[in-house]
Amino acid sequence: MSQPSNLPRWATLWLMPVLNLFAALLVSGLVITLIGEDPVECLQLMINGAFGYPEGIGYTLFYTTSFIFTGLAVAAAFHAGLFNIGGEGQMYLAGLGVTLVCLGLDFLPGWVVIPLALLASMVFGAAWAFIPGYLQAKRGSHIVVTTIMFNFIASALMTWLLVDKLIMPGSQTPATRLFAESAWIPMLHELAANLGVELPQTPLNATFFLALLALVLFYLMVWRSHWGYTLRTVGLNEKAARYAGMPVSKVIIVAMCFSGALAGLAAVNELLGSTHRMNLAFTNGIGFVGIAVALMGRNHPFGILLSALLFGALTQGGLDLSFEKPAITHEMIILTQGLIILFCGALENLFQTPLALAFKQMTKR
Amino acid sequence: MAELAIELTGVNKYFGEVHANKNISFAVAKGSIHGIIGENGAGKSTLMSILYGYYQADSGSIRLNGQEVRIRNSHDAIARGIGMVHQHFMLVDTFTVLENIVLGAEQGVALKQSLQAARDHLAALNRDYGLQVDPDAIVGELGVGEQQRVEILKALYRGADVLILDEPTAVLTPQEADDLFRILRLLKAQGKTVLLITHKLREVLDITDAVTVMRAGEIVGNVVTADVGKEDLADLMVGRKVNLQLDKAPARLGKTVLQVSNLSLTDARGVKLLDDVSFELHAGEIVGIAGVSGNGQSELLEILSGMREASAGSVRYNGTELTTLQTREPKAAAYRRLGIAHVPEDRSREGLVKDFSTFENAILGYHDDPAIQRGLLFNRKAIIERCRRFISEFDVRPANAFRRSGLFSGGNQQKVILAREIDSDPQLMLIGQPTRGVDIGAIEFIHKRLMALRNAGKALLLVSVELDEILALSDRIIVMNAGRVSGELPAAQATATELGLLMGGHK
Amino acid sequence: MDSFFSVLDATIRVATPLVLAALAGLFSERSGIVDLALEGKMLAAAFAAACVAYMMQSPWAGLAAGMVAGVMVALLHGIVSIGYNGNQLISGVALNMMVSGLTPVLALAWYQQGGRTPTLDDAARFRSVELPFADAIAASAPLKALFGHNILVYLAVLVIVVVSWVVYKSRFGLRLRAVGENPHAADAAGINVKLVRYLAQSISGALCGVAGAYLVLAQTGAFIQDMTAGKGYLALAALIFGKWRPWAAVSGCLLFAFTDAIQIRLQGSELPLIGSIPDAFIQAIPYVLTVVLLAGFMGRAVAPKAIGVPFVKSR
Repeated sequence: MSQPSNLPRWATLWLMPVLNLFAALLVSGLVITLIGEDPVECLQLMINGAFGYPEGIGYTLFYTTSFIFTGLAVAAAFHAGLFNIGGEGQMYLAGLGVTLVCLGLDFLPGWVVIPLALLASMVFGAAWAFIPGYLQAKRGSHIVVTTIMFNFIASALMTWLLVDKLIMPGSQTPATRLFAESAWIPMLHELAANLGVELPQTPLNATFFLALLALVLFYLMVWRSHWGYTLRTVGLNEKAARYAGMPVSKVIIVAMCFSGALAGLAAVNELLGSTHRMNLAFTNGIGFVGIAVALMGRNHPFGILLSALLFGALTQGGLDLSFEKPAITHEMIILTQGLIILFCGALENLFQTPLALAFKQMTKR
Repeated sequence: MAELAIELTGVNKYFGEVHANKNISFAVAKGSIHGIIGENGAGKSTLMSILYGYYQADSGSIRLNGQEVRIRNSHDAIARGIGMVHQHFMLVDTFTVLENIVLGAEQGVALKQSLQAARDHLAALNRDYGLQVDPDAIVGELGVGEQQRVEILKALYRGADVLILDEPTAVLTPQEADDLFRILRLLKAQGKTVLLITHKLREVLDITDAVTVMRAGEIVGNVVTADVGKEDLADLMVGRKVNLQLDKAPARLGKTVLQVSNLSLTDARGVKLLDDVSFELHAGEIVGIAGVSGNGQSELLEILSGMREASAGSVRYNGTELTTLQTREPKAAAYRRLGIAHVPEDRSREGLVKDFSTFENAILGYHDDPAIQRGLLFNRKAIIERCRRFISEFDVRPANAFRRSGLFSGGNQQKVILAREIDSDPQLMLIGQPTRGVDIGAIEFIHKRLMALRNAGKALLLVSVELDEILALSDRIIVMNAGRVSGELPAAQATATELGLLMGGHK
Repeated sequence: MDSFFSVLDATIRVATPLVLAALAGLFSERSGIVDLALEGKMLAAAFAAACVAYMMQSPWAGLAAGMVAGVMVALLHGIVSIGYNGNQLISGVALNMMVSGLTPVLALAWYQQGGRTPTLDDAARFRSVELPFADAIAASAPLKALFGHNILVYLAVLVIVVVSWVVYKSRFGLRLRAVGENPHAADAAGINVKLVRYLAQSISGALCGVAGAYLVLAQTGAFIQDMTAGKGYLALAALIFGKWRPWAAVSGCLLFAFTDAIQIRLQGSELPLIGSIPDAFIQAIPYVLTVVLLAGFMGRAVAPKAIGVPFVKSR
């Protein structure tokens, strides 16, 4: 997706994303002004809400955790040349896997249930991504359209299951019963309490460390391993991959499964880390935010860490903001996410030409 | 002096730092066929793109029929009576001939009358120039020669007085080329001006009235065709005495490495891309496959390297039947393991990944090699060391293993590929277009390397559209035409004329 | 029999915005620009139509505003995809998110009704057209199913006819298809590729505008957050289902609308042999059908060749 650039590497890697981010925030600021609020004040409130006090930080990192997983999921597919818009549906189905394990086996101790639930989330997420991957590789169906369709199918399927099958008996709201406590992933404040450190109560849980581990493993797998090498070759130049004797179809399918499994882990953070039951809305757009996270982070784990943190802060800060400023709702955050996707993903070269000119001027002197 | 159709004065064009056209001045007489000749990258295409409005010249002037003009886009060019037949045809495959001809030159909002008018006009053009094509045929289903005629018709339909043809014979058989020349002469007789861009000397001598020779973006000669010979033009074009003769030690043939028998390939539409191809290849020899591109050579290489399945026939390699070989991995990987190396025809699209660093491309196809694995990960140090060795042994410049491959020149990219393939110590080396888009210095280097490989007892199969290259390197030459082997002869006895006849299927 | 006509009636009503959006997508995709932004174009149009119709108390003003809003989103998609050669898929996803976020924010700021707009009076909506025998029509189910609709439904029928003529029989259609199949050939023939693509985007925006306005002015009577609810993607599915051909795409829309209409009938009712079918399964039919078609199990859906590839002039 990148074009040959005559900019220095650091400018392409750092300066351009930052400029694109600023452009997106600027437009958001204009909208805020338009509805009669002060964007600078809003920004301050948001930053304060996200990082200004321990509880805020906890929530920010909790959201960051899910975004790291869905961001990595989009990036994994991108490296194979695939645009996986299906993170939302894959996460949804992964939630089903987690729920089935928990509803069926949560009488077992945590060290049995939790790994099983983790595995189920990955298997279910991967399975939901496998079909579009298979259809792309073997039948040539366009992955973007298929994954969109699979989001809708997942939504219909899950609605049916939650309303008709998995609903807590006697309840009106479509949600499962609470999972047994053995299946809950320990909260960070609980872990800290064991060590004698007092932290505020937030949904931030041990899955966060799993996300950090996933970032490192992702880097090693994609850039330092034989598997990642074939993945990137297929993504960058399919003809060369065939020339090199790589099993292109298999690589595409495995990449989608890998992507789906990563998206699935986001469901673990939400279900076992926070809500401890499944409801209809638990994915809440996290799969789509993954697109923004990956694009902003240039599909690199380090970039994804930073952009997931940014989006975590946007989400948490935005929630705090909407308490202070009722006019600025969660939808304002969705608008900002959309703008960031637009500027960082589709208009990534917006500042290329002006920047290149600026650098030329500077080097001339 | 006859009236001038085109007159260029001091035209310059830069692409960033590259000076693609330097101070170009020449004139073309009305009603003449004018050749523009030069090697790949001499700046011919850029110049024609300026004439057709794709690019704007940075300085200089263009006069058409004595009038100074500015051609801002192809629309302008067409309006001023310039028509262009591109090397890669500019046709919409899913449209009919008629729709393609009308496209962009419609009359009125509704198509109906435009199509009828075009149908009538086409009949007239057919009468005048003998350009038969079925107006209702779908263009994608026509042969190459016919598609080219549609391109010419398109230009004439728009009232072109000046017709630019960019390498028109690159994809044609000699008969088709002769037919094209007959049409061009008819056009000339009707007062049209033809600009013929080519790098084939014979064509220029056969058909043009005057020639402009370009080298490295500059004009190095404007001559009247009748006054010059082939050698003079070749010297002008290359800028030094061409000497492609290598020191060729007599071949010491070893055992049969490759035996291809009755190999055929039929595509989805039922067209025979390869038809009953048979030949042998021994250790210690280079067999050259000559032919106009698109006559089955590419498909042959694809099958022999395991990238494509044959429809019928057998390929025996060192006694192993390859066509029925059962493998768990893709065949291209299995063949490579058996000692078949492959330098692909399309270097930048197949042979390497442009966005990879050079060290990453140094293992493409050999990424399974245990020597570069370390546990679950790659042994990065070993890979980089291997790449550095390639760089020094093959004199790749700049000597930077981390530089992105796409930033290297064609010749240096090719050296990396060659180094990689030779390093695997193959028994059989398949080489497609080893010097396409490669500068002269690198050509000599690459040729010497290939010769050394042959002298070391390897079997080499060389596919090239450059006859000179085939003649210089090969011990034996196989000529292909329309998917068949049209002739096989020892290189020592082969002449360009004879090969040319075989390439056209004349024998 | 009556239930047949009421299903037909419902099918036509549900199909109308789908048809308009699918034909909008047809212009965009035939010109070589992937149009995931149909959803956003429609939603923006619905919002604009609701605001202006409320303000001016006129459905026609609302319709015009909807079309303008649709064209504006389309031109944004155009600037990104055509002007800056950006990734068309990403642009579509981004625009949908932006519109989905922006519209409730503005609605809240302007009307303080929790992200929706005030309900329109009858005068500001499109009502069933008044034909001479209005009473007779209202009384008869078959007549009501065919003639009891609002003006936009009949406009949509006209649009289908015009679009199929434009695409196949007009100069613009020839250029449109050429630009989507082989922009380099079109360029060499002297056609301004970017201009044709911008025009196609504008038409797409205008048609989506009518579709979005329809949702508000002929159905709900107010803008509700995310009221398009995937209709843009459904229209895209119908377009692919129809292999990028106008009449076939319309058939796809009718089929999808029919599944929607029948789903309401089937709710809770038992079918022989099968028993009751969960709603969700019927809802999923269009999406499953599209996947099956794309997988090549129902003939081959061949997209315009140049779709999704930015046009960069070459020699």
